[in-house]
Amino acid sequence: MLDAILAHYNYWLIIILMMIGLYIVISRGNLVKKIVGLNIFQTSVFLLYITLAKVTGGTAPILTGKPEIFSNPLPHVLILTAIVVGIATTALGFALVVRIRESYGSIEEDDILAAERAEEEIAVKEALS
Amino acid sequence: MGAEMITIVNIVLLTMLCFSAVAIMLLRHLFAVAALTGAFSLLSAGLLVALDAVDVAFTEAAVGGGISTVLMLGTLALTQRREHRPPRFSLPALLVVIATGGALIYATSDMPAYGDPNAPALQHVVPVYIEGSRNDIGVPNIVTSILASYRGYDTLGEVAVIFTAGIGVMFLLGRRREDEDDEGMVRHGPGNDPESSEPEETAS
Amino acid sequence: MKHHLILRVVSKLLIPFILLFALYVQFHGDYGPGGGFQAGVLFASAFILYALIFGVDNAREVLPSKALRFLVPVGLIIYALTGFAGIVMGGKFLDYDVLAQDPQHGQHLGILVIEFGVGTTVAAVMVTIFYAYAGRTRDVDDEDW
Repeated sequence: MLDAILAHYNYWLIIILMMIGLYIVISRGNLVKKIVGLNIFQTSVFLLYITLAKVTGGTAPILTGKPEIFSNPLPHVLILTAIVVGIATTALGFALVVRIRESYGSIEEDDILAAERAEEEIAVKEALS
Repeated sequence: MGAEMITIVNIVLLTMLCFSAVAIMLLRHLFAVAALTGAFSLLSAGLLVALDAVDVAFTEAAVGGGISTVLMLGTLALTQRREHRPPRFSLPALLVVIATGGALIYATSDMPAYGDPNAPALQHVVPVYIEGSRNDIGVPNIVTSILASYRGYDTLGEVAVIFTAGIGVMFLLGRRREDEDDEGMVRHGPGNDPESSEPEETAS
Repeated sequence: MKHHLILRVVSKLLIPFILLFALYVQFHGDYGPGGGFQAGVLFASAFILYALIFGVDNAREVLPSKALRFLVPVGLIIYALTGFAGIVMGGKFLDYDVLAQDPQHGQHLGILVIEFGVGTTVAAVMVTIFYAYAGRTRDVDDEDW
């Protein structure tokens, strides 16, 4: 039993972290909060990949001339680039939030939807008259 | 460092990560959320070092602790500093999260054990890369040799994505505010700050 | 920001070392942890620190937006051209073996050049993103937070 827990506890804790991120994305109306939730989700995916790469008794994959066991370097490469791409896309998301705030005066989902509906009603009235 | 020690470090860091994520969820002051996001990145960088991914930890510390916190503060300066709605409990969201999380945890039973040296991911190309990095390329950092040489196409694509995201931000925010006032894009002037008109703000 | 004396002095001392460390990470990436992605971010963070403490207008005099607009694509072009250089010299796309007299030298050269391209683009994009945000911000007082 303890063996089974020790073999998988990392995955479980990372999945819990992932689900906290998902809950923030679904339940919070504030757009900045939503992006932070996405970031938490993203970080937990990174951690999942790196956990898969870990080898017991292994070291960081840098050759020193001694015979050593290395952790799997391939996920490290994938995640290393993904982190920098992640910050670039997060910046794009925040830029969209800034523009939404400039257009609607709010970054709360409810307010934005209400403003959209009010505008639609005005458009319908104008079309009817 | 022994394997037990690493296990303890992993559990402690992952638990702290979960707690800071919950705190981020519950806090309404977005400035505090930005500070906690920086701490969250630092904790995950520490965890990445414990998992032998030094290159990744380096990147995460520089990106998450530095740039992303600054970007988030910049966004807050341009928008608002508080979440206006109080955090509300959402049953559908909880159900979705429990269903997804349950399915994922059920799926982990098929995953190789943590730290298993015979995991399938280690058997296929990785030994070739490690030997090649030693003999053919002669670069001691295996991550660099895979990143730049074996997976050069991949990295070229990633750089193109970063380039595209930079261009996107330039298009979205590059022009000054005054240009947009002429086009009638801005319905609410900069003086109309919703924070000042919120009655609940004074109470909290 | 006239009154943050300690911040101004400390950051003035730190910025040269951050830049030097970024260059070390950039060109020592073959041997230790590091490479173009990390170096680019570190290089950009030095400029962002300068802009935060001394104002964006001063930072723009050091690193104008026009130069950034030039540097953002240049890194990507360096990377792609290294790939095409492999074809021209008789190999495949992004094949560094043919770039120098023997394959190992070629690999070293190719990795160094493309890491430089990656670092250039990443640093330029990060500073560009920061300028884009900072260019829109009204002056924020310390009391606002």
